[in-house]
Amino acid sequence: MSVGNLLLDLNKIRWQHEGRTVLDGVDLKLHRGEILTIIGPNGAGKSCLIRIALGLLKPSGGQRWIAPNLRVGYLPQTLKLNPYLPMTVADFLALPAALGKPFSQPLMLSALAEVGAEHLLRLPAQSLSGGELQRVLLARALLRQPDLLVLDEPVQGVDLAGQAELYALIASLRDRYHCGVLMVSHDLHVVMAATDRVLCLNGHVCCTGHPEAVSRHPEYQRLFGVRESRDLAIYTHHHDHHHTLHGDATRCNESCQHD
Amino acid sequence: MTDWLWPLLGGLLTAAAAGPLGSLLLWRRMAYFGDSLAHASLLGVAIALMLDLPIGLAVTAVCLLVALLLSRLMTLPEHGADTWLAIMAYAGLSLALVLTAALGDDGHGHSLEDYLFGNLLNLTGNQLLVIAAGLLLVMLILARYWSGLVALAIHEDTAQVDGWPVQRLRPLLMLLLAGVVAAGAKVMGVLLISALLVIPAAAARFIARSPGAMALRASAIGMFSVAVGIGLGMPAHLPLAPSIVLAALCALLVLMIWQRLRA
Repeated sequence: MSVGNLLLDLNKIRWQHEGRTVLDGVDLKLHRGEILTIIGPNGAGKSCLIRIALGLLKPSGGQRWIAPNLRVGYLPQTLKLNPYLPMTVADFLALPAALGKPFSQPLMLSALAEVGAEHLLRLPAQSLSGGELQRVLLARALLRQPDLLVLDEPVQGVDLAGQAELYALIASLRDRYHCGVLMVSHDLHVVMAATDRVLCLNGHVCCTGHPEAVSRHPEYQRLFGVRESRDLAIYTHHHDHHHTLHGDATRCNESCQHD
Repeated sequence: MTDWLWPLLGGLLTAAAAGPLGSLLLWRRMAYFGDSLAHASLLGVAIALMLDLPIGLAVTAVCLLVALLLSRLMTLPEHGADTWLAIMAYAGLSLALVLTAALGDDGHGHSLEDYLFGNLLNLTGNQLLVIAAGLLLVMLILARYWSGLVALAIHEDTAQVDGWPVQRLRPLLMLLLAGVVAAGAKVMGVLLISALLVIPAAAARFIARSPGAMALRASAIGMFSVAVGIGLGMPAHLPLAPSIVLAALCALLVLMIWQRLRA
């Protein structure tokens, strides 16, 4: 897939919060048709960086440039639906963006079909499982015909086999829509096959580049442990039990959900 | 005829506006917001008595100011939203009580108590006209910004990425609530206006499957409660505002049992 024009350019981003410097001197560029995955340990500032990229957070220093009139599809890290809000998936998807019209049922169905979730349309949104909700959120993002797709831990609450499937889906959507994809992941193992570039973050950019190159980078090995990276070297695209047993160090768990 | 018609119309209009706003309150988990505003609005009554201003005007002004202040305070990281709501409620109430006590009763029979429990029976045609105009304005603005307010209730970040003006919608919701509380304080009394926001919406949750349906059914349940509360309370010489609230409570219980039996 060819890389197109520049969508997003973050330059020397700094973010301070409660006297702590969470991000310092972070550069990030994203082009159309490119998938960039941010990985890093808990507290590395991954979600902060995503929120700054989206304009939800004002950086304490540095510049953010985003292509004008960019349509953005965003999957937040957590979207807990309030049980007081009665809503079918159709009601949820129909809600328009500002200045937009409510989405029609044929549009909603075709977006759900893209993510293999047409059967969910009439279900109460609160009844969805983690994986189903992520698919519905992805469909919601697709309805906006995004130029840029931003996903904060899109495979959260999804089992391992489902994770690989979801990443493959994201990669295929990139091909179809020719959009840029910026996502956060805890797990380089699973995301490796579906990403063009990896940015390893720990307050600053430790290393960045092709996933295989990053996995051999000494900074990455220091952060995630040599064993992890050696596992990675023999790892291709598929899961096996080996990684389920040894992948704990980078596996997303309860404590990392509120980064 | 006007002895029951004005109270009925005033109550129905208040309940109609309270339905969607009460639903938004529940969705945003701010059930105590109305209560807090209403308590603080007593300060408006006290100021009006002190300066000899029209009470409706002073109450509305204080409600709007308190709503703006709360929308600012509730974003501060030091305390949670519920803490600020409680602080505001007691600050307003205490200030009002001290001010009226310092001045003594104003001699027109306007003791603070009338505003605590409402004086639906004394509602005049002119007052009704003012209340109706205010509530219609609230409903028009609400209809105009409904999609954005629902998007905000679902998730603030995705609403902002979608281009909704989150920083302006948040205070807007509070100002609309202040409008209903100011209008409804005359009808329902400061102590009970919040019940008309919360109980019909909570009852509607049992029979609604979409946000819009919940809002409309909350209005319908509230209006039904007003009709029943006045219809039964007036001939029996019962206080009207509490009768209305009890009617709403019965509706809630019936719908809850009905939903349980159906499931």
